[in-house]
Amino acid sequence: MTITVQIPTALRRHTSGTDKVTCSAANLGELFTVLDSQFPDLKPHLRDEAGQIRRFLNVYVNEEDIRFLGGTSYAFNDGDEILLVPSIAGGWE
Amino acid sequence: MTYALRCRECGKSWGNQPRSICEECFSPLEVSYDYQAARSTFTRENISAGPPNMWRYSALLPLPQGFEPVVPAGFTPLLKAAHLARQWGAKNLYVKNDAVCTPTLSFKDRVVAVALANAKSFGFDTVSCSSTGNLANAVAAQAARNGLKSWIFIPADLEAAKVLNTQVYGAKLVRIAGSYDQVNRLCSQIADERHWGFVNVNLRPYYAEGSKTVGFEIAEQLGWRLPDNVVVPMAGGSLITKIKKAFNELMELGLVERKPVKIFGAQATGCSPISTAVKAGQKDIEPQKPSTIARSLAIGNPADGHYAIKTISESGGWSEDVNDSEIVECIQILAETEGVFTETAGGVTVGCARKLYRQGRIKPEETTVLCITGNGLKTTDALAGEYEAEQPIAPKLSEFQAYLGKQLDVAEAVGV
Repeated sequence: MTITVQIPTALRRHTSGTDKVTCSAANLGELFTVLDSQFPDLKPHLRDEAGQIRRFLNVYVNEEDIRFLGGTSYAFNDGDEILLVPSIAGGWE
Repeated sequence: MTYALRCRECGKSWGNQPRSICEECFSPLEVSYDYQAARSTFTRENISAGPPNMWRYSALLPLPQGFEPVVPAGFTPLLKAAHLARQWGAKNLYVKNDAVCTPTLSFKDRVVAVALANAKSFGFDTVSCSSTGNLANAVAAQAARNGLKSWIFIPADLEAAKVLNTQVYGAKLVRIAGSYDQVNRLCSQIADERHWGFVNVNLRPYYAEGSKTVGFEIAEQLGWRLPDNVVVPMAGGSLITKIKKAFNELMELGLVERKPVKIFGAQATGCSPISTAVKAGQKDIEPQKPSTIARSLAIGNPADGHYAIKTISESGGWSEDVNDSEIVECIQILAETEGVFTETAGGVTVGCARKLYRQGRIKPEETTVLCITGNGLKTTDALAGEYEAEQPIAPKLSEFQAYLGKQLDVAEAVGV
């Protein structure tokens, strides 16, 4: 089984410019493990200190927000395209 | 004015550039100011001497050096809503009427004016946005006024008036077969590839600051004092946070006396991720799939949801939501009592305010401002079927007298 992950420009600094990763991760947890091992610098940008996915990072599977698919319990299917997209908030003070 | 982008979470400074997220921690960027310097420029006297539009507050807006306004947006009426207040047993109720904000009849004219000022200084020749309608209108019109090209992305099911009100300005309109959240996600991807000024993506920190002028105006129009409560409609959740920021800045710089203001958020029940979270005491939203006639508020994954919840909770406010029939009823109530025809989002605000009075969360004697952010002429389809087309009568006095007699009979029959 193969899935593809698109890396947004904002994160490519931590992937030596790599914009796409192909792997056989079965779910989001495994995908993060794959990315952690390939790009150690990327790790803190995807998850916070408690290991939770960062608040302003949205994950999409074939254009659908992964939270509608069951989130971390969603099992990837062969050919799934994963998008990591920053949530654009305007800030608060 | 000295200003720069700063990461809201880690504090890293990013200078001024088209960018909305911190590459260090992926958090949103915020415009920060030199408030010490603003003390001498952002004064009641200077503001009063300024133009009768949002540019009277330029000293606390992120505007490039030498910026010359071409769009006199903002400074809309703050109306005392005595008739509506009477209906609810309230005493000090006001309507901030951005249904007549120029040039495109919604508060989005304010944010776009600031965004395009920066788009030009960054050298963009094309501006763009994802929109539920009002933003599309504002970007298209102001791009034309500024001599910029515009590409506008909207969900395919938008109201016809909002589509036409974008196309007429010569904008390139791209209809997407999907929800606003899908359009927004697509625009984040496009912004990654194209050198365009996306007002609500890479220009978003600047854009969002324009919303503060709603808060500044409310305070100035109340005679330089803050209200006790504001009720604000929420889509992406940015406006409500910026009204709070405006109040904070006014207090910090001594233009108004310090006082707590309760911030209340209004949503449609069919798209209520923020009000659901507030009611459940959660810090973050769960995304929803919107289903509401209030399409301008139909954002199921609001980018500023987290900060909107924080703003409401920390102020001691609350969030409510109303269903589609309440939205229609409240559009009619505001029009009939105060002569203000608002779009569906305004029906949401009025409906939620009514609930908040009934719940006792807003007290009758408190000074309360309802933020009406858009114009009813853009969402007339929401009222389809509410009014019967009258049969024409002949231009004869006798015909009118007969007609009047019938009307009086009907009125008597229904007990009016």
